[in-house]
Amino acid sequence: MVAGSRPTSCRNYRCWIERLNHITESKTLKFALEKTTEDMEQQIIRETFHLVSKRDENVCNFLEGGLLIGGSDNKLIYRHYATLYFVFCVDSSESELGILDLIQVFVETLDKCFENVCELDLIFHVDKVHNILAEMVMGGMVLETNMNEIITQVDAQNKMEKSEAGIAGAPARAVSAVKNMNLPEIPRNINIGDISIKVPNLPSFK
Amino acid sequence: MSDVVEKTLTALPGLLLSLDSQPGAAKLCATSRLGSLVRSITELTSKNVGEEMAEPPAGPLFHTEKPCHVRAIYCEMLGYEASFSYIHAIKLAQQGSVLEKRVGYLAVSLFLHESHDLLLLLVNTVLKDLQSTNLIEVCMALTVVSQIFPKDMIPAVLPLVEDKLTHSKEIIRRKAVLALYKFYLIAPNQVQHIHDKFRKALCDKDPGVMTASLHIYLKLIKESPESYKDLTDSFVTILKQVVGGKLPVDFNYHSVPAPWLQMQLLRILALLGKEDQRTSEMMYEVLDESLRRAEINHNITYAILYECLKTIYTIHPKSELLEKAAKCIGKFVLSPKINLKYLGLKALTYVVQQDPNLALQHQMTIIECLDHSDPIIKRETLELLYRITNGQNVSVIVEKMLDFLRLSKDEYTTIDLVGKVAELAEKYPFPYNSWFIQTMNAIFSIGGDVMQPDIPNNFLRLLAEGFDSDEEDRQLRLLAVDSYLSLLECDTSGLPQRFLQVISWVLGEFSFLKEGLEPADVVERLGKLLDDDAITTETRCWVLAAMSKLCGSSDALCKAEKVAHKYTSCLDTALRQQAVELELLGRDVDLRTRVLPQHVIGFCVWLQVDSSLSFLDGFVSDALARGAAPYKPPHQRQEELSQEKILNFEPYGLSLPVSLSACSLTDRQSPTALSLSSSLSGNSADPPLKAGSNLLKLEGVKRVWGKQGYLPEKQATEEALAQEPSSIFAPSHQQACSESQQTTFSTIVEQDQEKRQLASSLFVGLGSQNAPCLVRTVSQMSVKPTQKRSKTTSIHLTSAFAQNLSDSTSEAVPAVGNTEVVEASEVSSLSGGSGPLAQPSSQVERGLESDLPSRLPATLVGLLRSDVEELCSGESLSLSACKVFDADALVLAIFLSNISDSSIQEVSCLISSEQLKVPEMCSTFSVLSFYLNGLNPQLEGSVSCASQATQSFSLTLSLVDFIRPLPLTTEEYGKMWLSFSHDVKQNLMLLKHEEEDQLEAALTALKEKLCLHIVDVIGAEGIMACQLVSGRPCLLHCHTHGGMLAIWLRSPIADLPDCLLYHCQKAIQER
Repeated sequence: MVAGSRPTSCRNYRCWIERLNHITESKTLKFALEKTTEDMEQQIIRETFHLVSKRDENVCNFLEGGLLIGGSDNKLIYRHYATLYFVFCVDSSESELGILDLIQVFVETLDKCFENVCELDLIFHVDKVHNILAEMVMGGMVLETNMNEIITQVDAQNKMEKSEAGIAGAPARAVSAVKNMNLPEIPRNINIGDISIKVPNLPSFK
Repeated sequence: MSDVVEKTLTALPGLLLSLDSQPGAAKLCATSRLGSLVRSITELTSKNVGEEMAEPPAGPLFHTEKPCHVRAIYCEMLGYEASFSYIHAIKLAQQGSVLEKRVGYLAVSLFLHESHDLLLLLVNTVLKDLQSTNLIEVCMALTVVSQIFPKDMIPAVLPLVEDKLTHSKEIIRRKAVLALYKFYLIAPNQVQHIHDKFRKALCDKDPGVMTASLHIYLKLIKESPESYKDLTDSFVTILKQVVGGKLPVDFNYHSVPAPWLQMQLLRILALLGKEDQRTSEMMYEVLDESLRRAEINHNITYAILYECLKTIYTIHPKSELLEKAAKCIGKFVLSPKINLKYLGLKALTYVVQQDPNLALQHQMTIIECLDHSDPIIKRETLELLYRITNGQNVSVIVEKMLDFLRLSKDEYTTIDLVGKVAELAEKYPFPYNSWFIQTMNAIFSIGGDVMQPDIPNNFLRLLAEGFDSDEEDRQLRLLAVDSYLSLLECDTSGLPQRFLQVISWVLGEFSFLKEGLEPADVVERLGKLLDDDAITTETRCWVLAAMSKLCGSSDALCKAEKVAHKYTSCLDTALRQQAVELELLGRDVDLRTRVLPQHVIGFCVWLQVDSSLSFLDGFVSDALARGAAPYKPPHQRQEELSQEKILNFEPYGLSLPVSLSACSLTDRQSPTALSLSSSLSGNSADPPLKAGSNLLKLEGVKRVWGKQGYLPEKQATEEALAQEPSSIFAPSHQQACSESQQTTFSTIVEQDQEKRQLASSLFVGLGSQNAPCLVRTVSQMSVKPTQKRSKTTSIHLTSAFAQNLSDSTSEAVPAVGNTEVVEASEVSSLSGGSGPLAQPSSQVERGLESDLPSRLPATLVGLLRSDVEELCSGESLSLSACKVFDADALVLAIFLSNISDSSIQEVSCLISSEQLKVPEMCSTFSVLSFYLNGLNPQLEGSVSCASQATQSFSLTLSLVDFIRPLPLTTEEYGKMWLSFSHDVKQNLMLLKHEEEDQLEAALTALKEKLCLHIVDVIGAEGIMACQLVSGRPCLLHCHTHGGMLAIWLRSPIADLPDCLLYHCQKAIQER
């Protein structure tokens, strides 16, 4: 689940903490629930930034353990782009390299959406960044990894934003904007027809 | 926090200024209020002012305006509290336009956490949006539901989310599936009914929805792989199509088709194929294909490759695949890319237990990784070494680990590694005793006070209990004493508290072993420790305790008293008690000689623990006489507490049977009172627990009484402390592995030589021959060792059965109205045999009569058995079972009958029990523990055949099924009675007053219902005995008086009397 996806800025760096825990472990769950105090959260972010920023260029992109992020099951996976750090916190069921590429997809998506993304885009459009992230990762699970698909979704929302901003008091157009917003259907049917799953015959679940 | 904020703030102006040159940014700052907020925040100097900034801006504008919320999000992000805006965010989500809603939802999901009260206000909004026709609104609602909805709010939205599974837009379906997955994670019970719909999602025509549903299946299969074996084929097919490039091109990532989907599928296959040859065979082909395809040199192909490797090494092994996989591991390990190297090490760690040769192949790489500049890589390498440790290389590996520990600053790593080093040091036969002591010293000084408390505890126990030979033990202790004495010579200020405690304990206990060492000397050195101000009170207690053990000679006593006197008026009670005890010992010579006999090796030789605490009986009876409340055991107190509760939040099924708890409150005497009466009956002190051995085993027994009296603070001291690690022992370690530890050589050749030497010392004993083999190029693949047996008890009758039944049909004799009786015996394991698990011996018989019991196999005829009960029946099959009480097992006979007119085919019957896992089943304790929790272990199973859908059934086992009579003579009974420590006594009402011989009747009832053996009847008293199938006895003593039956049960097992009492009570009532 996405427990805290808040960026913080430290010096010239920004650090995105993304928690991707599948909250299977009660410990993690507790942590996710008890993220109530701002202090705790800030502490985690600070700690993470501290850990990540002091690492060289020629070391691996994974960081293990750490008591703050919930012990041995969780690890930090980060990528460093110029002055930006993108840090994901994942549990052991995620593939390390897979997440690294997910970060790459995220950054490329940001780049496309903002046209040459820079730090300021991230500061001044926090909400958009969050929305893009929400399209990729929902409730802690990777939802979409296809960049085109993400951009389609985000564009549809942006289109609505523009038309709404332009019309201010014209409800009729707003309605049509909403209607036009129907997402383009991409023909992407996969043929899994020969999966022979007979639903009624299967044993009932416990 | 404020320093971070300040750093942030000092950094930002420069950033903004530098951006003025960028036209776009300038525009941004000018137009956006957020820009001005950012600017103003950067001009602030303190956090307080920042908080003022975060105060609600004037005017009602805030409620509707979207940028305000973005500003609030920004403030929260920086760590300022913006709680005033929470309610407005909710309002915005509720009332705003679509666009504002989006910001509102975003703010809500960032601000609120799962247990926030304001979340309740959101439910209605979410419900409304879920029903909206606007896709974006539905998407937003689904997202927020999956992000922050807590358990108790799920029922409200569940039906609507469920509906969305059939929505026409795939994006909605996808999000709905993930939302349901989230629900499953936090409240699995609530989504039980929609498991079928997950299957539909898996077959969805959109690959995205299918991908989303894999998250659910991964989780479900992780929990119970058995139930989803039938889906293996589907997953394999999907993976085949994905790998084969059947997906549209826009699923490709760097020309790899849907890599994340592939990884997910591989993970699922690993879970399904684990320890299951048949399922594994289905996936060999596709795994091979995946390995072959993943050859493009890109990050993401390596990600797939890694998952593939893991799968191949998890499922039932196939030598070809393993060979290929081993090559792939080589690709990882030898890669110059550091990330791949990391994963390669991880993969090696994973497989090395099955195939140590792999580590041998890569030994030089591993050696290089040990010296890598990245601590994470080093750490992973050590983890790998830890897995390949054996008796020959243990000292080198431990040395490497300690080297790493000395440099590491990370607390988590330290705790973890110190634990591992301690484990290794204790596990392997020590090369020499001095090595062990030095290693432990290093652990204590490095691990300091962050390490697990059981490490020093175990060490002390090892020292105290010793090993096999007395001489070895003596030497070990002497070594410990020597090394600690020399430590105390030096500066002790840097030593962790835990280490000081260990030192003082060992010196107190064993310093007499060193000849020529005056106790007074030791006392003086220990006394110096106390002068240090940094030392904690707990450690002071340990030191004082050690001193009081050393007070044998008057000289030492004099010194000790001097030190102790200071603490007799100390504020800390534990410390004061220790000091006062010491003074008392000093005054009373008799006491001293009794408590502190001279020169006895190990305190535990003569120590006898009176586990029933009978010496307190006088005290207890006095207290009772003065009107004190009798002692209640913890579980009883728990019951009372739960009864006092006004509302019962627990499901009723979990609590103990009501009748039992009710009577235990009223009738049962307290165990203390019982132990009192037991002591009165001439059994004042329990015999030593282990009469045979002269050493008392202290595992599991909390030591409360020791040589110098009551020792609670000692136990407490070992709990937790904190201080800096020190490296005092660094030099002393050299000798353990000096050959490989030579300091730097000048030339490269020599360095290489050194590495090889290190390699040979590290990998010794790993290969087939013990000699180090350095230039090993031939990849000698060893086939994976046999897999462990499946852990759940499941009885696959499928193959044998199907064979037999199809045979019968091939004879082309339609068996009209035949009863096919198939006997399946199992369960030697259910009852504690360590023999093979569930050997299904099946036989098919035919007959027209339906007298099932007569079809029992000959070995079971004549034994006591329960009635045959029908478990389930369908159109063509009926299944019944009866329990046969064999002397040393509970045998479950299962009858399968064909009740249709035609022959049946492909019968399969599957029995499993979730609660009874095999390892636990070896002992009846597990069965007991179920009764304690009010649970009866259940066998669950399903039966199916070609003409009939699967039917499931369940069968409950009870404690009574495991009880057998225990034939005893009265004398034997008498002896056993005295030696058993756990007892329960209760009065039961006998309903039938008119009966002549109440006792006789009651005993007969018990005998019939519970299979007890009546040992003897003397007057109004009767004694009975029984045992659990594993041979654990329980004795009963019954006594009637005036319509009451007093039952007194005794057993060596703690909870058995309690459980049995419940069944006795039931038997009497049902009479």
